[in-house]
Amino acid sequence: MIARRTLITGGITGGAGLLLAGCDRVVQIPAARKILFAGEDMQRGLQRALMDRGALAPEYRPDQRSPIFRANGTYDPGTAAYKALAAGGFADWRLAVGGLVERPLRLSLADLRALPNRSQITRHDCVEGWSAIGQWTGPMLGNVLKAAGLRRAARYIVFTCADLYGGAPYYESIDLVDAFHPQTILAWAMNGRPLDVPHGAPCRLRVERQLGYKHAKYLMRIDAVATLSGIGRGKGGYWEDNVDYDWYAGI
Amino acid sequence: MDARFRSGAGETPPPGTPIHRHRLATRLWHWVNAVAVIILLGSGLGISNAHPRLYWGRYGANFDPAWLQLPRFPAWITIPASYNLAISRRWHLFFALVLGFGLLAHLLWSLANRHIQRDLRVRRSDVTPAHLWADLRAHWNFRFHDPERPRAYNAFQKLSYVAILFVALPLAILTGLALSPAMDAAWPWLLDLFGGRQSARSIHFLAATGIALFTIVHLALVILAGPVNEVRSMLTGWWRVPE
Ligand code: HEM
Repeated sequence: MIARRTLITGGITGGAGLLLAGCDRVVQIPAARKILFAGEDMQRGLQRALMDRGALAPEYRPDQRSPIFRANGTYDPGTAAYKALAAGGFADWRLAVGGLVERPLRLSLADLRALPNRSQITRHDCVEGWSAIGQWTGPMLGNVLKAAGLRRAARYIVFTCADLYGGAPYYESIDLVDAFHPQTILAWAMNGRPLDVPHGAPCRLRVERQLGYKHAKYLMRIDAVATLSGIGRGKGGYWEDNVDYDWYAGI
Repeated sequence: MDARFRSGAGETPPPGTPIHRHRLATRLWHWVNAVAVIILLGSGLGISNAHPRLYWGRYGANFDPAWLQLPRFPAWITIPASYNLAISRRWHLFFALVLGFGLLAHLLWSLANRHIQRDLRVRRSDVTPAHLWADLRAHWNFRFHDPERPRAYNAFQKLSYVAILFVALPLAILTGLALSPAMDAAWPWLLDLFGGRQSARSIHFLAATGIALFTIVHLALVILAGPVNEVRSMLTGWWRVPE
């Protein structure tokens, strides 16, 4: 009886410990990993089902902004090409819009400013846990895509950036639900001033219902594609391809 | 149902009498939930290591004042053991669904089969000072059941189970949802309820702390009350009236 009792007592406490240790073994098993990673599709399916397509992220008052909005990821792309663009005040910068579109575009900062612009004070949520509130101004991505004319086969929008990770440009992607969302903008101004270098000058994506790593900075190209399989290693973004971050970052 | 000992028939079951104490639905939920809670706590501590500072309000980052600077949680207690935010999040967000839908199903089922009304309902007589004092003294003497009504939970059992089922777990789920930028668009009232995303994050951590403390005390009491009999009852349903 004593032996059984100590066995069970040890079993209870040891069981919890083994569970924690066992988790690291379990993710090594491909089938188990697949199930675990399917959580992302369940979260996306549930959230999209619960949420109106156009449901807006909360917007804030000017006095509710963060006193200091920290930057993250790349603080300065630092390449020769980027330095040259920055030295000229980004007058020579052009945003290429291509892929599965009827009319490929090359947009200057002046072109972006000439479009109807939207200003929004929103909260930026980093995957690490912190949040910062700031104001962003720019044209809606949806209007730019309409101007270019998406082909029927287009399913995703891929963003390619000026900053390098492991020698290659940073890249991210979103689907058309988020691409045509009214708060999804190509921001060229932050808190009423042209975007500075740490926050992604001259232009960055804002996709307000997802986490920070989806908000690609230092935009150079926007491509409409039918599938993500030809992009990087096929998961749709630098972090998704290299460290297993979720492609759907709504939570 | 026939095999279940019915108390209140004027007889007091002698020690050793087998009693069917936990229904299948309770047992199934209990173990699924226990696994989910342990994985959520471990992976949650892994996520905490990414930014171990807690704030009140809508925003909060490195340059804002934190009300709590958390320690770095060591490898033996985090999932995975070596820091990996992506994998911690995969575990956390998968088992958050298990916990959330498991609790929802369990609460609905337990209303339907009257488990909540019969076994968990805290009656006024349970919480009179005299009764609570008597219960405390019984706990002090390592007696956790009422010999007259051995199947019933004692007042502290009821109160702690009610606190976990109806307060701590729902609070952890709702504050967790408030951390999602998409859910904040879908259900903006989540932010109003908790006073902003960073407040929700702080409350999420406090709720998790409460659940962890409950689990520790819960395990200690299971061990003190006789782990073989107790764990058997949560596995097979059958429990023997203790001495
Ligand atoms: C992992 C180790 C665990 C063991 C060995 C264990 C064991 C038990 C046992 C033996 C009972 C029946 C006790 C009684 O008759 O009062 C019980 C009930 C209960 N446990 Fe646990 N438990 C564990 C973890 C947890 C966790 C992590 C939670 C939740 C955070 C939890 C929540 C509950 C609740 C709410 C009940 C009452 C169920 C009802 O009647 O509705 N347990 N547990």
